[in-house]
Amino acid sequence: MDKKIISLSLANPEPVNMNGVQKLSVGIGFAGLFIFVLALLNINFPYKAGWLYGSIVFILAGIIIYSISTYKKLPEGIQNNGVYFKSISSKGLWGWVTGIVLTALYIFLYWYPEYLGMGKDGTANKGLVGFFDPLSYFLNGHAATQWFVYGTLYTMAIVGFGYKFILKYRHNKYQLVRTISVMFFQLGFAFLIPEILAKLNPTLPYFSKDIKNMWPLNYYFFEDWHLKGMLGGGNLGMFMLLFGLAMIFIISPILTYFYGKRWYCSWVCGCGGLAETAGDPFRHLSTKKLGAWKFERWCIHFVLVFIVLTTIAVLYTFLGDPANKVLITRNQFTLGVIIFLSVVIAAIFIFRRKQLDTDSKFTLASLGIIVVGVILINFLSGQNNILFIDSYQFRSWYGFAIGSAFSGVIGVGFYPLMGSRVWCRFGCPMAAILGLQQKLFSRFRITTNGGQCISCGNCSTYCEMGIDVRAYAQKGENIVRSSCVGCGICAAVCPRGVLKLENGDEKSRFDYSPILIEKDNIKVSG
Amino acid sequence: MNKINEHIIIIGNGISGITAAREVRKQGGQAITVISAETDYFFSRTALMYVYMGHMKFEHTQPYENFFWQKNNIQLIKALVQKVDTASKKIQLDRGDWLAYDKLVIATGSRPNKFGWPGQDLKGVMGMYSKQDLEYLEQSTKNCKRAVIVGGGLIGIEMAEMLHSRKIAVTLLVREAGFWGNILPPSESAMIGRHIKEHHIDLRLSTGLIEILSDRDGSARAVVTDKGETIDCQVVGLAAGVTPNIDFLKGSGIELGKGVKVNRYLETNIENVYAIGDCAEQQEAIDLRKPVEAVWYTGRIMGETLARTLCGKRTAYDPGPWFNSAKFFDIEYQTYGWVWAKPREYENQFYWEHPKGKKAIRISYHKETKAFLGINCLGIRMRHEFFDTVLNNQLSVDNVISNLKKANFDPELFTTYEKEIKTAFEKDHSNLIPTNNG
Ligand SMILES: Cc1cc2nc3c(=O)[nH]c(=O)nc-3n(C[C@H](O)[C@H](O)[C@H](O)COP(=O)(O)OP(=O)(O)OC[C@H]3O[C@@H](n4cnc5c(N)ncnc54)[C@H](O)[C@@H]3O)c2cc1C
Ligand code: SF4
Ligand code: SF4
Repeated sequence: MDKKIISLSLANPEPVNMNGVQKLSVGIGFAGLFIFVLALLNINFPYKAGWLYGSIVFILAGIIIYSISTYKKLPEGIQNNGVYFKSISSKGLWGWVTGIVLTALYIFLYWYPEYLGMGKDGTANKGLVGFFDPLSYFLNGHAATQWFVYGTLYTMAIVGFGYKFILKYRHNKYQLVRTISVMFFQLGFAFLIPEILAKLNPTLPYFSKDIKNMWPLNYYFFEDWHLKGMLGGGNLGMFMLLFGLAMIFIISPILTYFYGKRWYCSWVCGCGGLAETAGDPFRHLSTKKLGAWKFERWCIHFVLVFIVLTTIAVLYTFLGDPANKVLITRNQFTLGVIIFLSVVIAAIFIFRRKQLDTDSKFTLASLGIIVVGVILINFLSGQNNILFIDSYQFRSWYGFAIGSAFSGVIGVGFYPLMGSRVWCRFGCPMAAILGLQQKLFSRFRITTNGGQCISCGNCSTYCEMGIDVRAYAQKGENIVRSSCVGCGICAAVCPRGVLKLENGDEKSRFDYSPILIEKDNIKVSG
Repeated sequence: MNKINEHIIIIGNGISGITAAREVRKQGGQAITVISAETDYFFSRTALMYVYMGHMKFEHTQPYENFFWQKNNIQLIKALVQKVDTASKKIQLDRGDWLAYDKLVIATGSRPNKFGWPGQDLKGVMGMYSKQDLEYLEQSTKNCKRAVIVGGGLIGIEMAEMLHSRKIAVTLLVREAGFWGNILPPSESAMIGRHIKEHHIDLRLSTGLIEILSDRDGSARAVVTDKGETIDCQVVGLAAGVTPNIDFLKGSGIELGKGVKVNRYLETNIENVYAIGDCAEQQEAIDLRKPVEAVWYTGRIMGETLARTLCGKRTAYDPGPWFNSAKFFDIEYQTYGWVWAKPREYENQFYWEHPKGKKAIRISYHKETKAFLGINCLGIRMRHEFFDTVLNNQLSVDNVISNLKKANFDPELFTTYEKEIKTAFEKDHSNLIPTNNG
């Protein structure tokens, strides 16, 4: 049989033309970006601050005017007309161009910041980084770094495109509130507060002041320099350390129990925030193939094992250094980790054995591998090496391969090619842990509305996490999946009102709708 | 139960045929062959509009990946069945060969109605049912400025929405005095009418088609309405309902009426021949349902039911309480139970509409017994399971009114209107609410 499916939509529909105001707004936005490009080319602006603020205003104004002229005049509703006809959102020329530009930006950011104008070894900034100096001095009292530039652009993207998203989904209060939340956390907690704290405490060593950025997503939280920074960071440092620990071990499990991992992934997290706002036009590009799901399991758990072992190795080395006055010894530490993980694994086996699906088995196996890894570390490591390799080597590999290449270059650079949640889906170790809990210990589920599904496929197409939502909905089965970030878009685009994100009784989560006959447990493979 | 040697042939790879095939495979090891002339693989007909509108690609309408069928040992053949010989238990394909069956399932769906309008076969005139129709529409609308859609029902409004999304001006001719007037009561029909106009569709109520005029090349150039108007257009969509697609069965000995006549077990008059989905016609009335039900859900339920029979557990078709849903541009519609456009003599109806005119519910209950009979919801989602229970147990309308919160299925954080609805209900139908809201 003919394997190729010819897409009807390839039959050349009329090109989607922009109206006058849209063109104007794109022009305004690009004018702002063009000023950045000029700055990058080392054009020296008089009244630099004015140009900087002007260009920021231009970009944001461009996005805002574009959004208003696109959505305000249309009746409230789902606005997906022509998504697969527009070059930018259907992997056409503009999609590729955007992907390449973003990727290049990340490559320079991580590995060649000097080309962006980052001053090396104390020399003054030039180019684009230098262009941001006025804002940086104003906010944190220092010259800009490439990360400051990045953070500013990132925040602008979330706030600007967040506004666009809000207009697009203005009929849907869940989307509205959730988007205001990510905009708030990005602008306040990730951007302004840390900068201002840095300005107020000019003498403290560097440590992350973004309290919502938790380990293991923030992979350097437990690295020696960061720990030392916090330990030497006075009250603020101590607060960040304790709050960070509380986030990981207390706050996150409680919130995930009541609301699912969405409380973080699509209400708070910055990576998620960018994916939901700037990444929204690309969400449908995530592949829903079964093969992709299989790959996802391997990939995300590899990252999970990698980061946890790296963190433990680094901590292990840290604890072994007599210069660090710490309360626990290496042996106590490893024993603690082993006991903690064993208790978690045992608890899952005792209480949730029946609910383990392949995803959670992978996560469990990963935890098991970590325990073995910890034991090996303890027995096979010398004073400064872990498994015969310098533990700092591990961490620099992680930083390079995962922290930079994966989460940045592929994670955001490939938005227009692989969808907006590539990192969240295939890479984020935090998503793996929260996912395990969501699957096994949570009140969250997506309820399927009886027999109302018409198998149209809107939900699956627009699920940024590549979940084949329809496969559940058409059987009348609730969706309880580790990877679901609870964005609620499947429920929004469903034309038949079939899906509802809910928190409820844990026991009823796996219920089948009693309306369909198909509820016996006979399996069809695939 | 596992009759390995049996060969089941299913004609039609739509929801009913495919559901039957999958459910048989779950239960037994019979050889299964599914034949369709339309596409290689099962796809969701209900989603065709989204392909045209650019929300999805055609491949997204296919609920199973292509490897699924082989993996589950379901043989697919793309061919047209031309003849059924029930005496020798064989069918003939358009490519010439004959296939033998032990059991035959007819699941051939529907085709769009054409009522013999002059010009109905011109170029640029089409129904909207199959993938081929969609391809033809794609082709025909390349240089289309205005289209006229005939038919104020579900497919008519879908076609209007499709064409409108491509910036084609649309005139929608509706014979009745209100949109979908034979199903929707006047207030709901009016609300949808307003919404259609809000989307700049030229809605013409109480207007019928007289003929379609041709240009020199045999393409449609205009339609003439029964109001005496001539409307210039390049494309005409015929969306005036569907008929079972069963012409190829004439002379086969299988009893035909409007559709293939079946009993409650979905059996035809001929042993080992069954019919399901749009093409089946019930001989015996099932509650208030029509004998031919051209909806997705019933096709699926029939497929599931028949699979049990095919696997040795003879099961009667029992679709349970009626439900349906649709979406009119941005307004979603759900219905559970029966709410008649013209209330029947035993019916009392309660209607509530949001001041902004985009949300409404209508509840029907029995005048004497106060039993809940049905609900129409526009712009508000309701829980299927809740109403299924209410209808199965013939609970009272009070019960529904006091439990609207439980019944609501709108996304979290949405504004809900239970209080308003309850107050309105108590005002007009106050004698109903007992002091302890049970
Ligand atoms: C545009 C559109 C939107 C719709 N939206 C909704 C909706 O929202 N909700 C709802 O409930 N219903 C909806 N429906 C109705 C619903 O799609 C049908 O009720 C349902 O698809 C019928 O399924 P079926 O399996 O009976 O037949 P079909 O899906 O029609 O499948 C029959 C198949 O058999 C093939 N076939 C026919 N004769 C032969 C032959 N002789 N040889 C070989 N193959 C043959 C046909 O080509 C076809 O592929 C919609 C229909 C359309 C057209
Ligand atoms: S399943 Fe729905 S809520 Fe979950 S990630 Fe996918 S689209 Fe979002
Ligand atoms: S759940 Fe809704 S969007 Fe998904 S396939 Fe079913 S009807 Fe379509």
